[in-house]
Amino acid sequence: MIDTVAGLAADPSGSTAQDVVLRAENVHVEYDGERPTRAVRGVSFELRRGEVLGIAGESGCGKSTLAYAVTRMMKPPAQLTGGSVVFRDREGRETDLLALEGEELRAFRWNRLSMVFQSAMNALNPVTTVGRQFDDIYGAHRPEMTKSERAERTKALLEMVGIDAGRADGYPHELSGGMRQRVVIAMALALEPDVVIMDEPTTALDVVVQREILDEIERLREELGFSVIFITHDLGLLLEISDRLAVMYAGEIVEYAPAERLTDARHPYTQGLLRSFPDLVGERRELRGIPGSPPDLRGEVVGCAFADRCEYAFEPCRAVTPHLLDIAREGAAGWRAACHLNDPEHRSSVSDAEGPQS
Amino acid sequence: MTALEVRDLVVEYAQSRGKPFRAVEKLSFTLEAGRTLALVGESGSGKSSVLKALSRLVTPAGGQILLGGRDKVPAKEYRRAVQMVFQDPFASLNPSHSVDHHLRRPLLATGRARRGTEADTAVAELLRQVNLTPAADVARKRPHELSGGQRQRVAIARALAPAPDVLLADEPVSMLDVSIRLEILNLLDDLKRQRDLALLYVTHDLATARHFSSDIMVMYRGQVVERGPSDEVILNPKHPYTQLLAAAAPRTGATRAEVRAARQVRAAARSARDAERRETVVGDGCRFRPRCPFAMDVCATRPPEAALGGGHRVLCWLQSEGKAAA
Repeated sequence: MIDTVAGLAADPSGSTAQDVVLRAENVHVEYDGERPTRAVRGVSFELRRGEVLGIAGESGCGKSTLAYAVTRMMKPPAQLTGGSVVFRDREGRETDLLALEGEELRAFRWNRLSMVFQSAMNALNPVTTVGRQFDDIYGAHRPEMTKSERAERTKALLEMVGIDAGRADGYPHELSGGMRQRVVIAMALALEPDVVIMDEPTTALDVVVQREILDEIERLREELGFSVIFITHDLGLLLEISDRLAVMYAGEIVEYAPAERLTDARHPYTQGLLRSFPDLVGERRELRGIPGSPPDLRGEVVGCAFADRCEYAFEPCRAVTPHLLDIAREGAAGWRAACHLNDPEHRSSVSDAEGPQS
Repeated sequence: MTALEVRDLVVEYAQSRGKPFRAVEKLSFTLEAGRTLALVGESGSGKSSVLKALSRLVTPAGGQILLGGRDKVPAKEYRRAVQMVFQDPFASLNPSHSVDHHLRRPLLATGRARRGTEADTAVAELLRQVNLTPAADVARKRPHELSGGQRQRVAIARALAPAPDVLLADEPVSMLDVSIRLEILNLLDDLKRQRDLALLYVTHDLATARHFSSDIMVMYRGQVVERGPSDEVILNPKHPYTQLLAAAAPRTGATRAEVRAARQVRAAARSARDAERRETVVGDGCRFRPRCPFAMDVCATRPPEAALGGGHRVLCWLQSEGKAAA
C-alpha cells in the first residue's frame, strides 16, 4: 500500500502542492465486531482546488465510509485505524484533520468542509422553519452576525440556488424533494467552504430535477470556486460532472482516471460498471451487469478482491494483491488502475486476446 | 393476444376540501402477452396510481379494466392472474418468514400445488427459474440473509407462483445496486418470454425502458402525452416533455466541452421560464404548458392526440394538423 502513496505524492499530472486542497493518504477504516469489517483499506486521494472528484462504486464498497472518515463524522463501531487527511487552505496553511479535537474540529466543519447528505428529507428538521435552520448555522459558526445580516444572507443563499427567498419562513414539508435538496446545498455553501462532500445528492430525485440540481452545482462551483467530492453509484452521471474519477471496490480505489477518458477504463470492474448503464440513444445491445457480489471484508482478502467476479482473472489475481499502477497513455496523466492485466510483469503471461478490449 | 385492456381509466383521491384530486385522466392501453410496455414519468405523474388501480388496491373512479376480454372479473380470479413486483425488496418480504414460506403460500392459496411434496417441488422449481440455487439452501433462509438482488428474485418468484398472465413491475430495480440491475431486468425479460407474460414496467429510467420494452408510454400529470414503439419514442421524441426527459438523462459519451455547452443551453432555457411554475393548470389546457418552451395560445385548450404512424401518438398541439403559428 505504501508504494501507492509515494506514487500519489509525485503526481505526474503537473499539479503542484499549492493547488491541492485535501490530501488523504492510506486511510483505513474498520467497523468493530467479532471479526472487524475492513470497510476502507488504504485509500489515498488528492482533491485539487476547484475540481470535482467523483467517487463511484456499488453499495458497500466503502465510498460513504470514506466520506465520513474524511469529515471526522464516524461514530463507533466505525473507527479510523490508520492514515492521514490533510487540509490546505488558500494561504497554504496545512491542517491535520485527524488531529483536530473538540472546539477546533467543530469550528472547522461546515466552515472549511461541509457535506450534503443523500436524503434531503432526513437532513432537514421537519418541525422548524427553513430560515431557522440557516440561523442555526450562523449561531454556531458566525455568532457575531446580527439578525438582519442573517436574514439577508439566508435570502441570498436561497436565491442563489433558485428558490424564492420567501420560502425561508416555510417548513421543509412545504417544499418538493428537489427544492429541499437545493436548500441543503445552500446550507452547505452558507459559510463558503473550500470543500463540499456530496453523498448521492440527487439519488432520490427525478431525472429532470436531478439535471437541474447538477447544473446548479456546476454553476455555483464555477462561481464560488469550491472543490467537490461527489459520491454516487451512478457512473454515467459522474462521467458527466467530474474532472477526475476514483472507482472504489471492496474498500479500495481500483481505478483513478480523468473522467473524459474513463470510457477506455482499464480495470474490469470499471468496465463492468460502465456496461451496467444502457446508453439512452446508443445501439441496442445485449446488456449485462456484474455477476456475483463483493467479498466479505471481515476476512483477509488475498489477491485481487475482484478476482472472483472478473472474467479476465488469471493466476496472479488470486495470489498477489494488485496495486495502483500508472497507465502510460497519451494525454492521460495521473491515470492509475490496480489490475494485473496492466502490469507488464504479469501481463506477459497472458495472450493479448484475453485482455479487456478498450 | 391481449391479456389486459384498460379503457378510460380514471383514478381520483378524495381531498379534505373541494373536488377530488384526479390522478389519472381517462387512460387507455393494452398489455399484450409476451410483450413489455414501459410506463415512464416523474414523481407525481400518476404511474403508481395506474398500478394501484390495475392491482385493485384502489377502486377506479371510472373506466374499465378487462382481463382476457372480460370486465369485472371476480377478485380471486383477478388477483391470481395479475401479480405485482414491488420497488423495495427490503420492505416487500416479511422478515419473520423464510423464503420457502413466501413461495409456498401463494402456491397453496391459488391451488397451484397440493401440500407436501408437490409444493416442495414447485417451490424448488420457482427458485430455479429465478436463478436462486441451490434451491434447498435458499428456501431455508430468511430475507435478512439475502442480498438486495436475491430478495428481488424471491419477490419475482413469489409473483410467479400463482402462474399469472400479467406482471406489474413497479420500479423493480431502482432500489438495487447498479451492478445487478441489468441481471434482474434480463431475468424479467426471459421470464416474460418463457411464460408468455404481459409485463408492465413502471420506471423513471428512460434508458432501461427503451432497452427492455417494445412500447413506451410517457405520463405527465395523469395523462399519457406520448406513446409508441420504444425506439420511436426515445430516439425521435415529439412531445416537449419527452424531449425534456431525454435531455435530462446523463450522456456517457459526451466530452466535457459538450456537457458544458448543453448546460448553458439548458440554463438559458430555464431562466427564460419561471423556475418553479408548477401550479395547477386551470381548465382543459395542456398540463405541460407552464413548463413547455414551445407553449402557444392554443395550448390553453385541450391538445388533440396526433397519430404519427406506426403506433406513435402524441398529445400536443405542435403535432396537430391545423396548429397555430408558433
